[in-house]
Amino acid sequence: MNFPVDLTPLWLTLKVAGVATLATFLVGVNLAFLVARSRFWGREGLDAFCTLPLVLPPTVMGYYLIVLIGRQGWLGHWLQEVWGISLIFTWQGAALAAAVVSLPLIFKSARAAFEEVDANLENAARTLGQSEAAVFFRVSLPLAWRGILAGAMMAFARSMGEFGATLMVAGNLPGKTQTLSIAVYDAVQAGNDAGATILVLLISVVCITILVVSSKALKAGYM
Amino acid sequence: MTKHILILLLGFGVLLIAGAAAQADQELIVSTAASLTNGMKAVAQQFEKMNPGVRIIGNFASSGVLLQQLDKGAPADVFAAADQKTMNQAQEKKLIRPETRKNFVSNQLVLIVPRDSRLAVSSLHDLSRPEFKRVALGNPATVPAGRYAKEALVKAGLWDQLSPKYIFGETVRQVLDYVRRGEVDIGFVYSTDVVIAQGKVKKVLVVKGHQPIIYPIALVASTAKQDLARRYLEFVLSPAAQEILSKFGFGKP
Repeated sequence: MNFPVDLTPLWLTLKVAGVATLATFLVGVNLAFLVARSRFWGREGLDAFCTLPLVLPPTVMGYYLIVLIGRQGWLGHWLQEVWGISLIFTWQGAALAAAVVSLPLIFKSARAAFEEVDANLENAARTLGQSEAAVFFRVSLPLAWRGILAGAMMAFARSMGEFGATLMVAGNLPGKTQTLSIAVYDAVQAGNDAGATILVLLISVVCITILVVSSKALKAGYM
Repeated sequence: MTKHILILLLGFGVLLIAGAAAQADQELIVSTAASLTNGMKAVAQQFEKMNPGVRIIGNFASSGVLLQQLDKGAPADVFAAADQKTMNQAQEKKLIRPETRKNFVSNQLVLIVPRDSRLAVSSLHDLSRPEFKRVALGNPATVPAGRYAKEALVKAGLWDQLSPKYIFGETVRQVLDYVRRGEVDIGFVYSTDVVIAQGKVKKVLVVKGHQPIIYPIALVASTAKQDLARRYLEFVLSPAAQEILSKFGFGKP
């Protein structure tokens, strides 16, 4: 069967959202554990900083990223000079934008999940001679797992739908950085309503599937 | 206490709506191609000065996007596009009044590089050199400047060969911004955009091989403010407005 629209944006979106979620998972869970379990100066400041992308307009995040990782940005300049890497207009750039924007979702739910964990259980493990790493991996993480997973699902969904920052950082390059949400925008702008309809239905079906599967998985308690 | 705040908010909302309604008949919405942004803002200011109480609201986007907005019923009174093709489409869809359509300015397509770039260009064929990794142009589906660029590249037999290098902007001004920031090596914009960028970009080539760039303007078919819109259209075509536009680098049609 010949599908009426090019499916590249779908695969690209899944790749971008997957990489972004993996990155936010690692960074978000670590930061959340730090904020939930340690006491240090600027703790609430760090919390606010990690939550900022949730409240700031995506265009503001996009602008920060361009200024930071653009060819003239200090980080972008360094990446270019030392490693020859340029993130602007690449799918990696799109993944970075999606990761930054979806970080608060996993960070917030992971922090809440870690704070729910009874500190006595962790202390009991310590009295039994477990190292801090073992306490984290064998007590805190398994007990907070559901909240973290729910956060990861939300982050994945948010990454799939990310538009504003992605458009600014990665542009609208068909086959390279044109994700589903940008392909929809592009089709509507060009007056291609038939193409837009198919893409819109596609992203809706994919998102509903993800939501249903993830809620089943969470309920079944396999994870 | 909460009740008082609620009443205050409600009152504020009513005032806002009343204010908007009172002003509405003196407001003119002009859907304007992105490349005209600065020039038409200056023209609108002059018109407002000459007609106290009138407000010109510019709606700036690429011509193709403006066309789609009109097609979907966006409220606009005047449409100024950056190419004939977009205006022809608007005419075919009966979105404008054909008898009011006039050409009002012309422009040139140029290639620009960031200010500190050392890359030199003597023809379009130089773009195939490896130093040019990223070439920015407007999205040809909606941006006239991109369409003109595509036309010139197709004519030079370079369009397919250069395709891995293209970075598409959503408006010609985005292309200008990409070049200004040095995110791309070279870009296709109008010569009027170089005037706006004030020394942050360098013009390296005047592009040939595309249709002449002539901007049409017309009354939107659905406008409810015919008289005011017609007056504005006349003003845009008048020597006074033409002089303002020429300061921004636009030529005679």
